[in-house]
Amino acid sequence: MSSSTPVFDPERPYQRSPSVALREESFGALVYHFGTRKLSFLKTRMLVDVVVGLESHDDVHSAMSAAGVPEAESPAYLRALAGLASAGTIEPREIP
Amino acid sequence: MKLTEHFQYGLNSPICLTWELTYACNLACVHCLSSSGRRDPRELSTDECKAVVDELQKMQVFYVNIGGGEPTVRPDFWEILDYSIDHNVGVKFSTNGIKLDPARSRQLARTDYVDVQISLDGATADVNDHVRGPGSYGTAMRALENLAEAGFAQPKISVVMTRQNVDQLDEFKAIADKFGAQLRITRLRPSGRGADVWDELHPTAAQQRQLYDWLVARGEGVLTGDSFFHLSAYGEALPGLNLCGAGRVVCLIDPVGDVYACPFAIHDEFLAGNVRSPGGFEAVWRESELFAELRKPQTGGACRSCGHYDACQGGCMAAKFFTGLPLDGPDPECVLGNADAALAARSADFEVPKSEVDHSRSAPRNSRVNKREPVGLTLAPPARRPVRDCDASPLADMAPAGGVPVAGVPVAGVPVAGA
Repeated sequence: MSSSTPVFDPERPYQRSPSVALREESFGALVYHFGTRKLSFLKTRMLVDVVVGLESHDDVHSAMSAAGVPEAESPAYLRALAGLASAGTIEPREIP
Repeated sequence: MKLTEHFQYGLNSPICLTWELTYACNLACVHCLSSSGRRDPRELSTDECKAVVDELQKMQVFYVNIGGGEPTVRPDFWEILDYSIDHNVGVKFSTNGIKLDPARSRQLARTDYVDVQISLDGATADVNDHVRGPGSYGTAMRALENLAEAGFAQPKISVVMTRQNVDQLDEFKAIADKFGAQLRITRLRPSGRGADVWDELHPTAAQQRQLYDWLVARGEGVLTGDSFFHLSAYGEALPGLNLCGAGRVVCLIDPVGDVYACPFAIHDEFLAGNVRSPGGFEAVWRESELFAELRKPQTGGACRSCGHYDACQGGCMAAKFFTGLPLDGPDPECVLGNADAALAARSADFEVPKSEVDHSRSAPRNSRVNKREPVGLTLAPPARRPVRDCDASPLADMAPAGGVPVAGVPVAGVPVAGA
């Protein structure tokens, strides 16, 4: 991982950070980052589905479609995902 | 629904779990929330502790706050620590520093996922040792020096705010900065032996304001354990959950495996079950009647009509209970003074609820066990509450100045075992 946080680019493939654990809760999920020891929350189930699905899609947009994110909510989800990227919860995935 | 509203109804697993490994302690702090001192012979064995860790891992409790007593006096403490970390349950442990010599400090510096929290209740030896006992300031400072020397990154310095140390907030911050540590301040609760010194030590109304103003102005990067949410009624909400998490997102596992709603509520009233019972901790957390009750929507009671209820949520359950106030009314330290009348109305011979769990060296040995034994075994006089707050020094029942009580030395006629 590079030391500087790259700009969030939804055209690229991402994945959940290997240092992050998710715990499903009624509202969505609890996120714990074992590296930074920070606790955060995914506030909808759909966002959990997007985050979990990232690794099986070629870019963020298709992970969002697969999780069923409505077009109208797309900007809000992209903002949330950009936040997750800057917190290190999700990270760019190298294409093999 | 806001996140905090979800939290009110409880989570699948706790977020903040305190696990006290032993009631044994080398100190005898006057405000000890768990009335620690002597080890309890029924404490969980090493294997039972590992089984608890296995459960926490399965339940995805990502970290635990380990305390006591003094957890490091358990000979298997380091084994349990490593086991927990190896099983993805990170550890933050609270200690007075007694075992943090240079070698242990280096060991900790090499360990991932461990946080160390050194307790310090005065920025000067006189203020600290008055509450925590002679020599305890020096012990804490030595531990901090050893950790810094070993390169342990950012330990925490944990301070219980009292009438005597509110004025020292800047000094505490300076100590933290000096050791590369992070300052954590928490609220004094009238729990355990804290009930005996509450009247004398809890901050005055003016000091509460001072504390709040300090947190707003200088609290950036200062941890609070989310314990001052009752101060949010002053105006600006403090960072954090601003909600009593007892039984909802928080609980305590005590050294004998009893599960309480929160670390400040060691009393039968808040006992949800025991990890040794069938189904273990998971069954207690998910199925106990007490926790189900605590997760019901709260009405706010007498506080409902107060314009600040949304900010402070009526304050701390344990603080109300151990001062004899109704749980659905104002906190004893309500910043609007809404509890003053109820506190004043308590009669002179009013006795606050007292926990039966008392491992103080000054108390009858294992009071709970003694109830099933011949009465004659209770040699020491029962622990007394001062008749008035000025009748007894908080140190009145402690060992003579210059030395911590030594194992094996009879205190008040009862042979002392354990640490």
